[in-house]
Amino acid sequence: MATTLPDQPAARTAGVPVLEVKDLTVEFPTDDGIVHAVRGVNFTLHPGQVLGIVGESGSGKSVTSLAIMGLLPRSARIRGEVNYRGQNLVKLSDKEQTKFRGKQIAMIFQDPMTSLNPVYTVGWQLQEAILAHQDIGKDKAWARAVELLDIVGIPNAPERAKNYPHEFSGGMRQRAVIAMAMTNDPDVIIADEPTTALDVTVQAQVLDTLRRVQENTSAGIVLITHDLGVVASMAHRVLVMYAGKPVEIGDTDAIYYDPRMPYTLGLLGSLPRLDDKGNEPLTPIRGAPPSLINLPPGCPFSPRCPMSRPHCDAEEPPLRSVAGVDHVAACHYAEELAGDVAAAEVFETAEADSQAIQHLDRLGNLEQAKAEAAAAEQAEDRS
Amino acid sequence: MTQTTPQAAGASQQNGAGETILEVTNLVKHYPLMGGGVVRRRIGDVHAACDLTFQLHKGETLGLVGESGCGKSTTGKAILQLSPPTSGSVKFQGEELVGKTRKQMRGIRRDLQVVFQDPYASLNPRIPVNDIVAEPLIIHGLYKRQGKERVRELLTVVGLNPEHGNRYAHEFSGGQRQRIGIARALALEPKVLVLDEPVSALDVSIQAGVVNLLEELQGRLGLSYVFIAHDLSVVRHICDRVAVMYLGKIVEIGPRDHIYERASHPYTQALLSAVPIPDPKLERQRRRIVLEGDVPSPVNPPSGCRFRTRCWKAQDICAEQEPALVDRGQGHPVACHFAEPRSLL
Repeated sequence: MATTLPDQPAARTAGVPVLEVKDLTVEFPTDDGIVHAVRGVNFTLHPGQVLGIVGESGSGKSVTSLAIMGLLPRSARIRGEVNYRGQNLVKLSDKEQTKFRGKQIAMIFQDPMTSLNPVYTVGWQLQEAILAHQDIGKDKAWARAVELLDIVGIPNAPERAKNYPHEFSGGMRQRAVIAMAMTNDPDVIIADEPTTALDVTVQAQVLDTLRRVQENTSAGIVLITHDLGVVASMAHRVLVMYAGKPVEIGDTDAIYYDPRMPYTLGLLGSLPRLDDKGNEPLTPIRGAPPSLINLPPGCPFSPRCPMSRPHCDAEEPPLRSVAGVDHVAACHYAEELAGDVAAAEVFETAEADSQAIQHLDRLGNLEQAKAEAAAAEQAEDRS
Repeated sequence: MTQTTPQAAGASQQNGAGETILEVTNLVKHYPLMGGGVVRRRIGDVHAACDLTFQLHKGETLGLVGESGCGKSTTGKAILQLSPPTSGSVKFQGEELVGKTRKQMRGIRRDLQVVFQDPYASLNPRIPVNDIVAEPLIIHGLYKRQGKERVRELLTVVGLNPEHGNRYAHEFSGGQRQRIGIARALALEPKVLVLDEPVSALDVSIQAGVVNLLEELQGRLGLSYVFIAHDLSVVRHICDRVAVMYLGKIVEIGPRDHIYERASHPYTQALLSAVPIPDPKLERQRRRIVLEGDVPSPVNPPSGCRFRTRCWKAQDICAEQEPALVDRGQGHPVACHFAEPRSLL
């Protein structure tokens, strides 16, 4: 492990990776054309490792996770490999995948209300998940369900297991879903925006639970989120996605303190921070992510990139190692971001159009007009 | 400990000085809770906002923060008289708003505008953007004063291309729609804007642009903002003063840096410690206060201090006596019997 910064505890990367994703692509045919939702994702996950996948809406992070789980609709065209302990899951039939789903690979979804069945008790649903993959008695399964609820911090678990999902609060529901993901001691847990729908104090509870899961099992966790704060507190490695492709992968510290892809730098610069006194303006990234239907050739970030040059529009940069073997970025000019480059040096901050404001002033102040309107209304009232 | 004004780059940093433009006193808003069944009877009240008192000064941004259900949006709506308060007073430039008829409110609305959270639901999908922005001008009879040019300039001010004014709302992205909402709110040159979660539906890279826009417009146009949000990082960035709410009550209010650097109410402390910071090294050494349990029901709030059921400092007195929101030597008002400043960053 070539860590560029000393503080980060080395993740347990020894041994064989538990999950290996190779050149994964997902396409959806639609009336408007083919949506290239995922355009080549590569990563490996080791036991006990937390991999954070970050990106904005529509960057393909959720589709990647659903492709790994084999949960995409039939219309999706999936190519590439998802190797779980040497076996390619993409090639398997739905029936064969079912053996892996929930047993070796478990998933935690964003919305805990829709991932629990409202007409069965929480304990029953956990019990069902256990019995689906393990040949044990119902009583034992129930005891295990209660034990799991206890592990994820549900108070008074034996009683609460008899509750229906609507009797749980949002945070408790999400913890119950985490308990369900843990039922069969999976090797991989994919958490897709597990805290996005929750309040911060509840988020803290859920992240705490996830951390406990990570410490108590040897499962590798893929944590998908748009919140760079959550990733900073949880992940060993980070994969930044943009327009269906990873644009930077590296150890958490390397990504946060030495980003080499302008998009990553921009993302960090546009984020207000709790420990920031807030006197400097934020540095937004101009424009919007591209449509994934007709992607132009070249770097998909180029239209929004302040460092963009003609070469960027001609050739899409591949992921290449930029600082050590473990830190890769997809930018032709990644070297220019080496060292301590602040987002404000690269991205512009000016927003409101000063000329337009002056023009508004010239059009005349509305003060007088408003006073006249008020007077007219009063006169109307009197008559 | 008293370094309150850092290198005041943010020019609008007025720590509670300045002229009061909006004054809220003992504001209460209860929603009736109706029972099911054939005859719908009132079976209780949802205590959404209880006894809120605060002021907004000219040119400043006051943040109202708290988690879902703490009453921050209710407060915003009560200020605007969009849902009339149960009791209390809201004074805008010295004029009482509570009890005014819709017609009487119309003149005041020219100076008191709102931007809503959901840019998808708050814009009329059936009329082009030019008309959306022009609507307030037309309603108040001001469109005849070069309204057309005004709309063009407003769109330019918020960073949109005025050539796109004949498009419909669905043709714009989330961030652009929020800008349309801001242009509409600015059309009448208001003095106060109530911003109800204006950036929470947006992706970070887009959100930053809207935050900068709001800050810059405030400086240029001398606006005062009531900024309602649950994201404490955004609030720290944009607000001059912050009021922290829990279960319909303000638990702590004060200048931004007081709240963030010397949080004195246990709830504020828990809230701040729960927000993850995008800095891995810092995150590794941070100590978190993880609250037990959930927010109690606002139908039956706990006696005394409403936070006591989840508070690690709670004593008998907390159940018996409600702590007043007063300065207990922290330099800003805190509603806790055992208030004690603590740095959490």
